Amino acid sequence: MRYKSFLIYLFISSIFLTLVGSIWKIMATLQGLRLTEINFNINFLLALLLSLSLVFIGKRINHLIKILVLPLIFTFIYIAMNESAPIWYNVGILLISLFFTNRVKNYNLNYLKEDFVSEKIVFDFLSLFAIVFFAFIILFPFYLMFVTSFKLQAALLYNPLDLSIDFTKNISDQFKSYLVIFKTYDFGRYIFTSSIVSIGTVIITLIFAIPAAYAVARLNFFGKTFLSTSILIIYMFPAIVLVIPLYTVFSQLGLRNSIEGLLIVYTATTLPVAIYMLQGYFKSIPKEIEDAGLIDGQNWFGIIAKIIIPLSLPAIASVALYVFMIAWNEFLFSLMFLDNPKSFTLSRAINHLTGDAETPRQYLMAGSVVVTLPILLIFVYFEKYLVSGLTAGSVKG
Amino acid sequence: MNDTLSKIEKRTAYTLLLPAVFLVFAIVLFPIFANIWISFKEVQLKDIRIPEPRAKKIVKSIPEDKTKLKIVYRLRNSSLIEDINNIKFSDNLPRNIEPVDLDSRCEFKSKKIKCDFGNWEAKYRENFEIIIQNINNDVIDKNTIKSQKPKLSGDADNILLTTKFTLKNFKQVFNENEFLDLLLTTFYFTFFGTVGAIIFGMFAAQLVNQKFYGRTFMRSILLFPYVGPVVALAYTWTLLLDPNSGTLNALLVNFGIIDKPINLLGQKYMTLNLLGFDIKLRLALTTVIMFEIWRYFPLAFLFILARLQAVPKDLYEAAEVDGAGPLRKFVNITLPQITAILSILFMIRFIWNFNKFEDIFLLTGGASGTRTLPINVYQQGFAVSNIGMGSAVSIVIVMLLIIFMIIYFKLIGKRANEI
Repeated sequence: MRYKSFLIYLFISSIFLTLVGSIWKIMATLQGLRLTEINFNINFLLALLLSLSLVFIGKRINHLIKILVLPLIFTFIYIAMNESAPIWYNVGILLISLFFTNRVKNYNLNYLKEDFVSEKIVFDFLSLFAIVFFAFIILFPFYLMFVTSFKLQAALLYNPLDLSIDFTKNISDQFKSYLVIFKTYDFGRYIFTSSIVSIGTVIITLIFAIPAAYAVARLNFFGKTFLSTSILIIYMFPAIVLVIPLYTVFSQLGLRNSIEGLLIVYTATTLPVAIYMLQGYFKSIPKEIEDAGLIDGQNWFGIIAKIIIPLSLPAIASVALYVFMIAWNEFLFSLMFLDNPKSFTLSRAINHLTGDAETPRQYLMAGSVVVTLPILLIFVYFEKYLVSGLTAGSVKG
Repeated sequence: MNDTLSKIEKRTAYTLLLPAVFLVFAIVLFPIFANIWISFKEVQLKDIRIPEPRAKKIVKSIPEDKTKLKIVYRLRNSSLIEDINNIKFSDNLPRNIEPVDLDSRCEFKSKKIKCDFGNWEAKYRENFEIIIQNINNDVIDKNTIKSQKPKLSGDADNILLTTKFTLKNFKQVFNENEFLDLLLTTFYFTFFGTVGAIIFGMFAAQLVNQKFYGRTFMRSILLFPYVGPVVALAYTWTLLLDPNSGTLNALLVNFGIIDKPINLLGQKYMTLNLLGFDIKLRLALTTVIMFEIWRYFPLAFLFILARLQAVPKDLYEAAEVDGAGPLRKFVNITLPQITAILSILFMIRFIWNFNKFEDIFLLTGGASGTRTLPINVYQQGFAVSNIGMGSAVSIVIVMLLIIFMIIYFKLIGKRANEI
């Protein structure tokens, strides 16, 4: 048992240290540093030596000395074995090894004798590595998008690895791509159209969905079960099967290239899920409150406006945010229905930019930042509401 | 008394529901059925405009006689393929002005020229001339004549409403050699996209369910790929994967992992040598699946996390007392607790991925072996411009969806309400 734990600890911890070191190396390369060798084998051996010495030293010397001296020695050997690199890179290596030694400070030969130690070690390092891994794969594309919008096409073609931002440029040069997309490509207008369409969709959807959800939640009528099941089923049908008939009908009615057309379609496609989410919440409101309203002589309009809506504001907020997100990000219908640049939404405008192969990619990425940033800010700010909207919206509906 | 109350309740319910139901019916249900109709027709994209008679009015002065003017109407049928029947024409003339030698098809009555042109075949064109004169022999103002626009009306078949049907579209859909390949690609994409997203989501949920520094931050950013607009993210990925100047290829070449850049989105197959066996990998499709997993694992993460947080803590404590390690705890407690949500997630994500259009369209446009059924709807309908074929493919999708939904409701429809 002890040898197994010992070997697993050695292997896992060394792999972990080597991988994190490699990720650091990749990130440094992406800042324009010319490093061409991963040196996986040598660095793995180094990490193995560090892990080995950490376990054998255990508690024999002072904690502080142990977690300070060993990483320093490790870093010096690392610098000697690898390509020469600037000081900030080596400081990074030192910090990583410091973090690592601090992490494994409790592991010693006695600890490795305990039950299930090997499993605990594996889980420990796995989750540590998972944090680095997930953070890296998620944030990297966003980082790439952001940085590219500040660069020049020529610089990108010359060295695709240099993703550093040159802070020495003056402000108007720095934000040139943004100036260009607003001046030449008319992005101000598209932001306006997108906002109108998204906010309009939210308002109309709520106006239609709240009464309908109230009826489904509270009133008895013929065909109620049928209706509530069909809401779910309708939501499962994708936009792509609706596109051809809607395209033909909208062409004949002259509704293509119009904001009204988009509003109608967006509202209709988000209504089922909005009704589904709201009726679930309405059902949870105690019926006695409404009965009190009925006794006071309120009609259904009064009940909805004065009792239901104030009581279910959180649910309405999450529906509103969810619908806003769908409308803001929607692409298929705006691709099909809009071909006049005057009525483009942001998503359609960015797609239109790529139609011309000559468009420099920093403009494309600046446009992408412009469409992504608002929705991410809204998400971060209203995370609680949007998360409950997402949860209700996408599994059940 | 009770009876009237329930009647009022019913009426209220219908009033409240009517707007929403009407809208959903018109925009969602009607097109699904309209697809059936269109799929049995031979319709091209350019045919869907209703044919109409048109006239362009040109006013010319006659040099010899200032009191007379010549009006030329350029008449034409806007459609290249359909006839227009029973065409009526009318144009107003100002006071004191009348036509000279009117065409036999026309008559002049109360300041109006009215003509009955009968039928125009497709592509019909005619220059129709009228000479007008002033009764008082004054000079006619050209602009007042010009400002009047002629009115035309005619009956034309709306190609979508005729009752000519054909089975050609469906024959073509199923006879195509690629149909099997199309179906396989769609299922490959759907299955691996779904399974991958769920596995990643499970890892992420397991991770965030522990306590560590920066946990809330992690939970926020894990949802970024799903919340961000697909257009922006897809183009960022194309840039990242670009063979000539993409960051990923440049990195791999820089560290000597590959010799020359790989066109991850433009190459259909890649031969991998694993343990001496040559494996042909659908490269572009795999890349698209990776993107799909990246974008949708946050949703799986969200659900699995919600379920994990609901698992009673004392279960784990009891297991610890019994001497179970982390692995045993995961296999014997966590997994059984989340199997229900995993199976529901699988079904739902399967249906959604099956319908996915935007992601593939933006990354590859359906090229290099990434053509799935939804992409085919677009390509048939708008790239090949065959609306009827596009609808036929839509019908195939709807049929498959109905089968999936029946399976879904049979298997776990009832349990979906428990979570």
